[in-house]
Amino acid sequence: MDLQYWIWIAVGLSFALYIGIAIWSRASSTSEFYVAGSGVHPIANGMATAADWMSAASFISMAGIISFNGYDGSVYLMGWTGGYVLLALLLAPYLRKFGKFTVPDFIGDRYYSNAARAVAVFCALLVSFTYIAGQMRGVGVVFSRYLEVDINTGVFIGMAIVLFYAVLGGMKGITYTQVAQYCVLIFAFMVPAIYISFITTGHIFPQLGFGATGADGVYLLDKLDGLHRELGFHEYTLGKKSTLDVFFITAALMVGTAGLPHVIVRFFTVKKMSDARRSAGWALLFIAILYTTAPAIAVFSRTNLIETVSNKSYDELPIWFSKWESTGLISFEDKNKDGLVQYVASPEINELTIDADIMVLANPEIAQLPNWVIALLAAGALAAALSTAAGLLLVISSSVSHDLLKKIILPEISEKGELISARIAATLAVCLAGYFGINPPGFVAATVALAFGLAAASFFPSIVLGIFDRRMNKEGAIAGMSVGISLMLFYMLKFKLGWFGSGTPEEWWFGISPEGFGALAMLVNFFVSITVSRMTKKPSKEIQDLIENIRKP
Amino acid sequence: MKTSKNITYWKTNLWYLASLLSIWFIVSFGFGILWVDTLNAIQIGGLKLGFWFAQQGSIYVFVILIFVYIRLMNKLDEKFSKKEE
Repeated sequence: MDLQYWIWIAVGLSFALYIGIAIWSRASSTSEFYVAGSGVHPIANGMATAADWMSAASFISMAGIISFNGYDGSVYLMGWTGGYVLLALLLAPYLRKFGKFTVPDFIGDRYYSNAARAVAVFCALLVSFTYIAGQMRGVGVVFSRYLEVDINTGVFIGMAIVLFYAVLGGMKGITYTQVAQYCVLIFAFMVPAIYISFITTGHIFPQLGFGATGADGVYLLDKLDGLHRELGFHEYTLGKKSTLDVFFITAALMVGTAGLPHVIVRFFTVKKMSDARRSAGWALLFIAILYTTAPAIAVFSRTNLIETVSNKSYDELPIWFSKWESTGLISFEDKNKDGLVQYVASPEINELTIDADIMVLANPEIAQLPNWVIALLAAGALAAALSTAAGLLLVISSSVSHDLLKKIILPEISEKGELISARIAATLAVCLAGYFGINPPGFVAATVALAFGLAAASFFPSIVLGIFDRRMNKEGAIAGMSVGISLMLFYMLKFKLGWFGSGTPEEWWFGISPEGFGALAMLVNFFVSITVSRMTKKPSKEIQDLIENIRKP
Repeated sequence: MKTSKNITYWKTNLWYLASLLSIWFIVSFGFGILWVDTLNAIQIGGLKLGFWFAQQGSIYVFVILIFVYIRLMNKLDEKFSKKEE
């Protein structure tokens, strides 16, 4: 059967499934809309968290980025998984015990202040919007690559589908669609991975194939290091980045993961404190399946790519090469007119430009897998992008309807009114996200990675101190959050977007890149919060009791 | 509110957190980043140890750490609720 039919069938069936689930699980109260009535099973919540967490970037780009950066790619692997240890140990159980709907809820109540709540709402909206625009773009790109429709049409289809199930089902609908989306995306990711591992190394588990030998009896990683040396690239298993920068980027990604509001809020949906711990464990296990496979795919496809193209005649390259050349993801320019492909590190001699996404997208074709596997990959990439977009959408809608409207502007609003406003806010947020997806402002690509820095610099310290430091008060928290997020914004605008007189990598403070700066901004936040709180008066008896209560089982 | 039982519970919890987070730090920031070159001198099969910790090992340890914490806290909760009666 033709590939296009397969793709329409896979995408159509998966969308029908999401819509069916949304109709079955529509929300009828604010509690259901915000936190799925707090009745989700820990394993189901683990799957939903995993889908919520793994975005289009994890699914499509991560393996490719690792394969081009080798050891330096480890920052994503450790950073995006290590954060769950912090979540499970330091945040999730206590936030669940506190038992409200949103992160600004906790900040506002714990720091007995609507100013703190407003700062938290601002941070939540900033983090979520920088992130969601990238997801909608991802949906559009997947549609245009696989279904040969215009990117904009793809974004519209994505908007319509997310709008339908997020607005109708709220958190309850999102949770159960995310469970389905996790199953689709992990299956789609693992099938080609297992197949490629098997044909390359004879191991069914890519995690084992990673350290095994190829058909010629040489260890894959040794071979890859050798190929890299020959072609002038830095050795695959060694890094190019400074140790300090790797340290800070990893820390910023870990802490940022633990501070992302759309991830934290997932732990409000389980029944009790111990279930929050349990579902964090399951979530990381489900995420680890993909995250331990990605570096293996990176090695297989990198070796495969170099062996297929390096110094080969351009006319004799396999068909997938010309197919992906037409999408612009690979481009070849025969600089020395010898008809061979020179793929080397030196930019003057190199003739091949490759987009990192190709490592996952072209995998099934490189491994000559049947058409239905390619169709599955398209459905999986869409599942990854849609599930993350929906989770972010809910944070945006609850920040507006619950934190801003109900808690600050219109406290007397009825539950029904709040539910309607939540749905209107979700609709507006989808339209705005769609707009950014169609007209991506230059800063989106630059800032998605930095959303972690923003979350690390703002939420993480305030939440941790709110739980573990009884003396922490509103003055400290507000000062810390404001200084942390302003510092991070300043650094990002200066070094990423060229504001405030811009700056070159040589001018980075202490040699820390903007991606890793969140960790430093977080330390500053901790320092400012603690110093200011010790100079102002301590929180009241009621707040002390609230903290005692959060700490009890 | 502040009973001695609550204090013991909280102190035990803090002790668990400190031990588990030290392991968390050592496997990722230690083995995977700070001492990666030293560990890379050891090669098991096709894998340099430091590189393996950075791309695989630390993730496995993270998963184990959370499940160990779940177990420890479930036991502690149980002990705590028995005392309550």
